[in-house]
Amino acid sequence: MKSRYRLLLCLLAVSLAANPVFAEELTGTLKKVKETGTITMGIRESSYPLSYLDDKQLPIGYHIDVCDKIVRAVKEKLQLTSLKVQQQPVTSQNRIPLVSNGTVDLECGSTTNNEARQRQVSFVVTTFVTNVRMAVKKASGITSLDQLDGKPVATTSGTTSVQLMRAHEIGKKIDFKEVYGKDHADAFLLLETDRAVAFVMDDNLLAGLIVTSKKPADYAIVGQVLNIEPIAVMVRKDDPQFKKLADDTIKEMMKSGELEKLYARWFMSPIPPKNISMNFPMSETLKELIKNPSDAPAEAFNKKK
Amino acid sequence: MNYHWNWGIFLERIKDGQETYLSWLITGLGWTVSVSLCSWVIAILLGFLIGTLRTAPNRWVARLCTGYVELFRNIPLLVQMFLWFFVVPEFLPRGLSLWVKQEMPAKEFFTATICLGLFTSARIAEQVRAGIQSLSRGQSYAGLAMGLTLPQTYRYVLLPMATRIIFPPLTSEFMNVFKNSSVAFAIGVLELTFQARQMQEDSEQGIETYLAVTLLYFVCAYIANRGMSWIEKRMRVPGYIAAAKKA
Repeated sequence: MKSRYRLLLCLLAVSLAANPVFAEELTGTLKKVKETGTITMGIRESSYPLSYLDDKQLPIGYHIDVCDKIVRAVKEKLQLTSLKVQQQPVTSQNRIPLVSNGTVDLECGSTTNNEARQRQVSFVVTTFVTNVRMAVKKASGITSLDQLDGKPVATTSGTTSVQLMRAHEIGKKIDFKEVYGKDHADAFLLLETDRAVAFVMDDNLLAGLIVTSKKPADYAIVGQVLNIEPIAVMVRKDDPQFKKLADDTIKEMMKSGELEKLYARWFMSPIPPKNISMNFPMSETLKELIKNPSDAPAEAFNKKK
Repeated sequence: MNYHWNWGIFLERIKDGQETYLSWLITGLGWTVSVSLCSWVIAILLGFLIGTLRTAPNRWVARLCTGYVELFRNIPLLVQMFLWFFVVPEFLPRGLSLWVKQEMPAKEFFTATICLGLFTSARIAEQVRAGIQSLSRGQSYAGLAMGLTLPQTYRYVLLPMATRIIFPPLTSEFMNVFKNSSVAFAIGVLELTFQARQMQEDSEQGIETYLAVTLLYFVCAYIANRGMSWIEKRMRVPGYIAAAKKA
């Protein structure tokens, strides 16, 4: 009798340990997912190669793969037999409102983690790092910021690259004319048609625009790094349970080397739709972040000297 | 929705600079008003000219003007902006083309103003034509019978009356110019919509930003409306059209 009782206790303890769901009460996003059986991923349509649509209009990319892993972890944790995954296209204008109002649970795009945004949302540990630099036509011979004096420089409206240039120590000394495209493709067109001699933007986006351009060999990414920007998956603010699950999933991928493999697949080998490789080796900053995962905002990487 | 409200954001400094967000919006408002007023001048001048010529006795002149109206009325404004900005300079001689693309001062402003001016002029031309055609034919016969030449009949008889008739749609058109000027952000004019996008990206206080910008557009359009209705009242001829109703 007594031993049977002990066995029961043992079983109970084991089941509690195996099912953390019953150990802690669900809150926030996890609670919502458990109740509705649905999770909504925010996706981008052309954030090459982090999150974009392939020729069948299905979302693919490095961050889509990372998010799939998180979704699987959610399903496991909640012990759901089926979990419906909805995909909601977002833009850089609406992504933050859509995450904070609950439309999107997990934004898998190309969002920079910075202090201003952390007032509205939270970020999972950084999975990609971009450097703000400039693309030029090789024929122009431009290799440094100080050669841009008096020249037109392109960027995309709604981004803050020009402010970064103005704030840079060399940028302060020179006088350049900024010209704006309404999106990245338009801004690249400004460079392509000689309306601008340089296009200042995140280097991974520049690399993507260059490989998909008509004459990729004509362009080069050059010059000083104007800003280092950690890019991460975005989740709702004040939802520690969900954030921890997502963080742990990614940290595990970092430890096991799975994330590096994903990186190699999306940045170093041919990818759809054109089957061209971005040829974009991992930056030192990201290598460091894989060793020591962090969700620090951009400001932590760009301390003013 | 757990949105972090911050109405003080307008007085805060932008991330990498000295100016405040408010100063961004004020610059934007300045460009919006400049583009709108300049294109309104173009639109009124060309609109009245083309609209009048559409009722001219010479068929070929009238047809040519109809073609003009249809051309600018049937292409979306955004597409027209792109055509003027990206396509037209490619047809210029190489040296001039490069000058337009790189050296020309305020090229975005000029392109946007001309584009919006021509677009609006086609709409005004249509209203002017409708106004003139709504007058009874006796008016122009009477003018000619008094010994006025055809241009004089237009100048002293037809146009003054037609203008009064079409004033309400003209008022709407003037308000539209302010609202349509927002399309100019697409070619890089630093107007209000452009600054709003910039501010929302920099500050992440999108709701406050767009509410403020909405209010500014509303105020612009409303002032335009009041201004036009003031002129309408001043121009009113007692006993003619609506004037009788109010009296």
